[in-house]
Amino acid sequence: MSAPLATFDCRQAFAETLAALARQDDRIVAVCNDSVGSSNLVAFQKEFPDRLINVGIAEQDMIGVAAGLANGGFIPFVCAAAPFLTGRATEQVKADVAYSNYHIVLCGMSPGMAYGELGPTHHSIEDISWMRATSGLSVLIPADPEQTTAAVKWAAGAGKPIYMRIGRTKVPSVSAGQTEPFAYGTANIVRAGDDVAVIATGTLVSRAIEASDRLAAEGIGLRVVNMATISPLDEAAVIAAARETGAIITAEEALTEGGLGAAVASVVVRHHPVPMRILGVTGFAPTGSTEFLLDHFHLNADGIIAAVRELRG
Amino acid sequence: MGTIGGLASVENFPKPDALSSLSRESRAAVLFHTAQAVRRSVVEMIGAARLGHIGGDFSITDAMTTLFFGVLRLDPANPAWRERDRFILSKGHCAASLYSVLAMRGFFPLDWLPTFMQPLSVLNGHPNRKIPGVEANTGPLGHGLPIGVGSAIASRLSGKNWRTFVALGDGELQEGSNWEAAMAAGHRGLDSLVAIIDRNRLQQGARTEDTNRLDPLPDKWTAFGWEAIEIDGHDHAALYDVFTRPGRGKPLAVIANTIKGKGVSFIEDRVEWHHKVPSPEQIKLALEELSR
Repeated sequence: MSAPLATFDCRQAFAETLAALARQDDRIVAVCNDSVGSSNLVAFQKEFPDRLINVGIAEQDMIGVAAGLANGGFIPFVCAAAPFLTGRATEQVKADVAYSNYHIVLCGMSPGMAYGELGPTHHSIEDISWMRATSGLSVLIPADPEQTTAAVKWAAGAGKPIYMRIGRTKVPSVSAGQTEPFAYGTANIVRAGDDVAVIATGTLVSRAIEASDRLAAEGIGLRVVNMATISPLDEAAVIAAARETGAIITAEEALTEGGLGAAVASVVVRHHPVPMRILGVTGFAPTGSTEFLLDHFHLNADGIIAAVRELRG
Repeated sequence: MGTIGGLASVENFPKPDALSSLSRESRAAVLFHTAQAVRRSVVEMIGAARLGHIGGDFSITDAMTTLFFGVLRLDPANPAWRERDRFILSKGHCAASLYSVLAMRGFFPLDWLPTFMQPLSVLNGHPNRKIPGVEANTGPLGHGLPIGVGSAIASRLSGKNWRTFVALGDGELQEGSNWEAAMAAGHRGLDSLVAIIDRNRLQQGARTEDTNRLDPLPDKWTAFGWEAIEIDGHDHAALYDVFTRPGRGKPLAVIANTIKGKGVSFIEDRVEWHHKVPSPEQIKLALEELSR
């Protein structure tokens, strides 16, 4: 076994990038719901006390306030725990952000099962389904700090509504060797392979890479596609994976209903039907740490390898 | 497209600069006649669409007319002018009155009004920002005040000092998001923010006080750190005075006591006229009453 890879919390890259952007553009403001610490915004608040707008524990107000700030010419980055941002204020996301077509960047902090033992109330396994079902809202899931930095920079100039997951679970870099860590709407192929393809997002990308590296030793080519933009989906990358490998696995730290798997399946079934396996969270989680729960739902290299073997018969 | 409500041209309607030099009584008279023209427009729009919310349109008409023709700093030729005052119709179902006011104020042609709710018309049943002059996509209740709070924070942060007015239904105050926003505005002392509560005491299905009691309403606002003023929501002079008053360190809640359906005898204060549509005969009668 090689030494464990260094791992990083994407919130740090997010906060540093946001502060750097705010120094260059005085329209950038952060809006949060008593989440200054959990969004890593303590330094931002110190440097820009007037531009950190903490509305208190009030998610509906938080999104509305962001819409009012956007109306007034500012570019709000709304930072709140993903389950509360997307769940408590879903109608505000729909009406005040997406339908209003405001340049607002919704940053869902600590998504998926990042809150581990705190349980399903604090898990955000529905956010991908809910947000990708919202017209006009781009949905991004950077997989590592390099992608997070690049995605936040892109979002600051995007001019449209965005939802972005910002992971708390420590992840290794998956961007080594990539010419561009993040390009909006374009998947990154992080491992080549023509036997099976795994289309993964967020925390599952590094796990898919591990699966691919282990299978390579057996002579099995597992292509790993890092899908950092869920909406709009890179349909060409999905169709190419279906055509060139003939079998697709999707892997996400989110509910299997309506998320990345569903998005990929709807492209596959229309353009090039092939067998698929959709890996994700299959229901409310039992008690356990994030790592325990990811293993519990087979969201690891072993689970991906098992799916590869099933698909290969 | 023909005109509607006898509105021949936007030149027929007053502008804030001209109104400010009139006496209090003359100004109120001009605003009254303008408001009656808005109501006639609403009757014709709803009559043609066979859809709409006439009762709430009529209760908020006087406040909205006073703001758009007497108070708000706006540039209809440049709706996105950053320093403009903001008006947010949180009770978005009363779109017909907002559209009438915006057209009469010159934001878009009067001949758009007859297209209200027709297939593919820009004038949807609820306001959205594709329409010149509309600040917020409202309809689901409880959205306008949070947006208004954000606008007031933006006004302060940008140093441009525009004012923000949000019109809310009284029944709408049963939505909790309003009180999240009220708390935030009070905490921050956002005195560029004015909430206008259309206190007609009726909601869709019954009286507010029989559904989920709102009284004592001024006490609720003052407890949240606002100044609260109760006025007759159909008194144009009183509306003008309160809307032009400079900020005093707190956000201001104007509890406008109104009559739902104000201006047409058979519509006034009747719960069924929340979204009932007048018959052709009733349209004729209503237009007669509104032309006196």
